Amino acid sequence: MAAANRVGDSSLAIEAVGLAKNFGAVRAVRGVDLAVRRGSVYGVLGPNGAGKTTTIRMLATLIAPDAGHARVLGHDLVTEADAVRRSVSLTGQLASVDEDLNGRENLVLLGRLLGLGRRQAKLRAVELLEAFGLAEASGRLVKNYSGGMRRRLDLAASIVVTPELMFLDEPTTGLDPHARNQVWDIVRALVAEGTTILLCTQYLDEADQLAEGIAVIDEGRVIAEGTPARLKASVGNGSLHVRLLDPADREVAAALLTERLGSAQSKNPVQREADPAALSVTCSSGDAGAQAVAALGAAGVSVADFSLGQPSLDEVFLALTGRVPSDGADAKQEVSV
Amino acid sequence: MTTTATPTTSAPVETGASPDRAAVRLAISSTPRPPVPGRVSTALTFGWRGMLKVKHVPEQLLDATVTPVMFVLMFTYLFGGAVAGSTGQYRDYLIPGILVMSVLFTTVYSGVALNTDVTKGVVDRFRSLPIWRPAPLVGSLLGDTVRYVIAGTVIIVLGVALGYRPGAGVVGAVAALALVVVFSFGLSWVFTTLGLLLRSPSAVLNSGFMAIFPLTFLSNIFVEPATLPGPLKAFVDVNPISTLATASRGLMEGNARVGDVVEVLAVAAGLTLVFATLTVRLYRSR
Ligand SMILES: Nc1ncnc2c1ncn2[C@@H]1O[C@H](COP(=O)(O)OP(=O)(O)O)[C@@H](O)[C@H]1O
Ligand SMILES: [Mg+2]
Repeated sequence: MAAANRVGDSSLAIEAVGLAKNFGAVRAVRGVDLAVRRGSVYGVLGPNGAGKTTTIRMLATLIAPDAGHARVLGHDLVTEADAVRRSVSLTGQLASVDEDLNGRENLVLLGRLLGLGRRQAKLRAVELLEAFGLAEASGRLVKNYSGGMRRRLDLAASIVVTPELMFLDEPTTGLDPHARNQVWDIVRALVAEGTTILLCTQYLDEADQLAEGIAVIDEGRVIAEGTPARLKASVGNGSLHVRLLDPADREVAAALLTERLGSAQSKNPVQREADPAALSVTCSSGDAGAQAVAALGAAGVSVADFSLGQPSLDEVFLALTGRVPSDGADAKQEVSV
Repeated sequence: MTTTATPTTSAPVETGASPDRAAVRLAISSTPRPPVPGRVSTALTFGWRGMLKVKHVPEQLLDATVTPVMFVLMFTYLFGGAVAGSTGQYRDYLIPGILVMSVLFTTVYSGVALNTDVTKGVVDRFRSLPIWRPAPLVGSLLGDTVRYVIAGTVIIVLGVALGYRPGAGVVGAVAALALVVVFSFGLSWVFTTLGLLLRSPSAVLNSGFMAIFPLTFLSNIFVEPATLPGPLKAFVDVNPISTLATASRGLMEGNARVGDVVEVLAVAAGLTLVFATLTVRLYRSR
């Protein structure tokens, strides 16, 4: 991959070559190359257990790699770990805020640890709490915060002093759509201010919304890399699920959908689901999917219901590897088109 | 329709307001990076964090002191007459010992707190900061020391309320408390080691008490070992907790043997040397 040839490139925030880490017999990461441009959001997309967190923990200097090397913001990961820590911040998979402290105290703590004076740290905490919509909750113990509030506080804690590079590990897993949008807005604001972000996620949708480049990772290896558009094109941009009123119509519907939605990449995009009246189809766009549903109606096939969504990580995986991710846990996410 | 819509305008389901985009951008751009603070200042900041926890979660400190307080009341009035001839005499024997017990119980929570930080991911954040790496450990123990002083003071005050008058007065009581706290500082490293080895805070709590409970009972805290059967007496005699209780009584009365005090300090130093090293090593490699 590109990273291997360009060690020392100053336009890169992260350049990793062959990073590997074993935990006993578990080969968590088996040679990951990454090249992340400064000022961009780079997505690392993979199912549970793919090695995302382990990769981030290596890049944030929490654990030493068993093999490979990396430069983060120009500093060597192992020999210049302190310099790396001075310019990055980590928002871990667990919202790593102190539950027994209130919101303000959490931020003051980080401010003090990063070298702000007592007064400065307090002012900074207030400023961030207000900006992140947490002013009212600032005196409440974090254990009483909702998941979304906790995550926002976590993000605020990560930028008490603005980092050049931020590691974000599954920032919206477990959040409702509203809280997810709030987190995305914060990420976009960070990028607009010039912070580089390495984003690990299980959601294709999230990587698509935020990242300019994506590496798909599975069993500790990068199995595909490219822009979101390219990755999605490999499976079609959307996914249409249709349930018919009459199961007897299924073959007619399948033929019609194949005719309308089949493409060069996927000549036979129709999958027959377990439900005898249901079909799912990958399609090149939401529009194409919507028109196909209309065409079913016009052909006299009654549709009980349908949904149009982004292809899920499962579908991307199926297209890339020919199998569904072993774990397959809640990676599916649908968004109306 | 089964289309799952992403609500963009629905009211927030939580009480926190929405982040304000312009304010977020302003907040992001507004801090230049200050120089990294020194080791002492960093450790003190973690000590402050420990204090805040005493304030916000006093239950934990209460948990550790309730049992010793109950023991004082139960043993003094139920068994005092039988064990030592009179309630007053037994109370005077028991209080300096329970002081030891109360503070030692509190040390288990040092391990519980560290394990909580690990399982909640807080440790990952601290370890990603450009600070002196052992600072969170050292600072937390500084904060814990304050908890030990509180746990010990509760017992001394209870004793005085029940009529206990240490022979060496306030100076004696302070000296005894200080010695117990120093020993506990050493012992707490054992529990921080445990805190980094076990999987959950409750596992640390359970195994911690499983160890400390019998050790305090198999000491001279409750009874003079003279009446015990041979092997038991041998164990009680070599148990450093017995030495600590004896030294604590001596300091309270103003007749402590230097040898006892030195032995206690030596054990504390040994525990610190071995288990602080272990803790720091485990902490670094997590
Ligand atoms: N500290 C650890 N000890 C043992 N195995 C681990 C440890 N951390 C991660 N693993 C294993 O390594 C693999 C990758 O895990 P992880 O990096 O957490 O994946 P992801 O973040 O993509 O879900 C998994 O099989 C996981 O069980
Ligand atoms: Mg993970």
